[in-house]
Amino acid sequence: MSTLLRVEGVGKSYGATRALENASIEIETGEFFALLGPSGCGKTTLMRVIAGFETPDSGAVFLDGVDVTHAPPHRRPVNLMFQSYALFPHMDVAANVAYPLRRQGLASGLVAQRVRDMLRLVQMDGFEARKPDRLSGGQKARVALARALAAGPRLLLLDEPLAALDRKLREDTQFELMQVQRDLGLSFLVVTHDQSEAMAMAGRIAVMREGRIAQVGAPRDVYERPSSAWVADFIGAANLIPARLRALEAGRAHLESLAGALTARIDAQTGLAPGASALVCVRAQVLRLHATRPVADNVIEGDIVDEIYLGGAVEWRVRIADGGLLRVSAAPHESGVAGRGRRVFVSFAAEAASVLPAAASPA
Amino acid sequence: MSAPSAARLGPAGMCVLALGFAFIYAPILLIVVYSFNASKLVTVWGGFSLRWYPALLENRQLLDSAFMSLKVALASGALATLLGGLAGLALARRGSRGRSALAALVYAPLVMPEAMIGLALLLLFVALGVERGFLTIVIAHATLGMCFVALVVAARMKTFDASLREAAMDLGAGPFTAFRTITLPLIAPALVAGFLLAFTISLDDVVLATFASGPGATTLPMRIYSQMRLGVTPEINAVSTLILCSAAALAGAALILARILRHGAR
Repeated sequence: MSTLLRVEGVGKSYGATRALENASIEIETGEFFALLGPSGCGKTTLMRVIAGFETPDSGAVFLDGVDVTHAPPHRRPVNLMFQSYALFPHMDVAANVAYPLRRQGLASGLVAQRVRDMLRLVQMDGFEARKPDRLSGGQKARVALARALAAGPRLLLLDEPLAALDRKLREDTQFELMQVQRDLGLSFLVVTHDQSEAMAMAGRIAVMREGRIAQVGAPRDVYERPSSAWVADFIGAANLIPARLRALEAGRAHLESLAGALTARIDAQTGLAPGASALVCVRAQVLRLHATRPVADNVIEGDIVDEIYLGGAVEWRVRIADGGLLRVSAAPHESGVAGRGRRVFVSFAAEAASVLPAAASPA
Repeated sequence: MSAPSAARLGPAGMCVLALGFAFIYAPILLIVVYSFNASKLVTVWGGFSLRWYPALLENRQLLDSAFMSLKVALASGALATLLGGLAGLALARRGSRGRSALAALVYAPLVMPEAMIGLALLLLFVALGVERGFLTIVIAHATLGMCFVALVVAARMKTFDASLREAAMDLGAGPFTAFRTITLPLIAPALVAGFLLAFTISLDDVVLATFASGPGATTLPMRIYSQMRLGVTPEINAVSTLILCSAAALAGAALILARILRHGAR
């Protein structure tokens, strides 16, 4: 694998608003990469910088080692699948897909061949003569994908590609996008605010917050080893228990919280020393409920205040001694001990919890 | 262009609709009917006759001014569409500096008394030593017409999805190609509508034409207006009917052209 795209310290302001601050990412050839963040985090701006619609105030963008920071959009081997799909309403499907090919000055026989191939790839052959306003949302998405791919990009940018689709269609389309990406061996960069979408599709995720890259890593790393309480909470619900660090030993931290003594995994990079205040981050799915005190690394006593049946899972809210609520989730058949108002014991392994700095972050 | 909803009108609704159409078209229909009037008196019906149409061919003055009007309307309509279209595109550009000032300047002639614009233009032409005639009428009419075109084009651009232009550029089109293949076909209906407006305004304008014209350049409305003082002749009804027909033909042609532009672009 080699580096295809390198974004180096890009900054961009609109008046007094800083949309991007010192953002850097690297994307490998053939990689499915996701930019994930809440709305207004700068992910769309970063994508537009890569596409060439915005010129950054500082920093640079390299594609295949070539500086393209100031190249206009039509001179970059990068194509964008727009959130609105942006199909040309006055052209039929075939003409839409042929648009980039005609711009490249291809002979009409070749154009027709490429259009056929692309439409077959997205399973839209037979729709050549349809106008975009006669297509469903999913069909529009496929045509937009075929058109962007027809341009022959080195890197395909996808701006919230599934946002306009209903849920069932979203899953199918997500799967097809992944398949197309694997089949063609192309680099995809998808921009999304949906963490489950990003985790399902991407090989690596960059989580963005307030114009900065908060964390980059494989979905599993980001989920299981979030770099901050904010990331932990944004990527799926996390329980954050305030605690004070008491002692460190070989990657483990012993902490004291209002709900009792806790043990959790700690990364050396967190730079926390004994005495520091910290947060113990533990996912709802790794917590276990018990009717009697179990033997485990961590046991917290509490009362069930809520029980929510979600079909595939049951979620409980457990009030613990420090006044906070723990979210516990499990499959319905494991929910024997439960019942609103019951006193329970919540347990988790030290390996399943991580210690994060208690930086003042709005959770 | 959105199709009107297929909601059914009740009898009361139909009545209102009929009255509305009558209000607009009854006087025009009257002109057409009276152009086939045998009587020499314009207001008295003397039976059906086609005599005023051949008579029209004899009336060189009236015919010349009718041709002059059509030529002026075509030329000023084209000029107004070009300038107004560019102004409309500029007005629709988000975030460009001085946009509200430009809007005020472009739309001001719409609310200014025509006599004032006419006088101002006359003073300008005299100061520059431009000989008044066909060209000056065209300029005067284009000045007013372009405001309408700008209005229509800017309104159309408001509904234009900016990502379409970006998509074109992303797919390899330079700014000019993106304009030619995407923006232009999509605003073509607005350009055609704007042209028709400017054409119509030019065709029926008396005030500006009177200020801007010189000897030998008399438009039909000017001719009709001056003849009113001597009494209207039935030939005026006949020539009005012909003008009406040519305007209708032009509107039809414009619609067909818009359709070709919309569908033909690749």
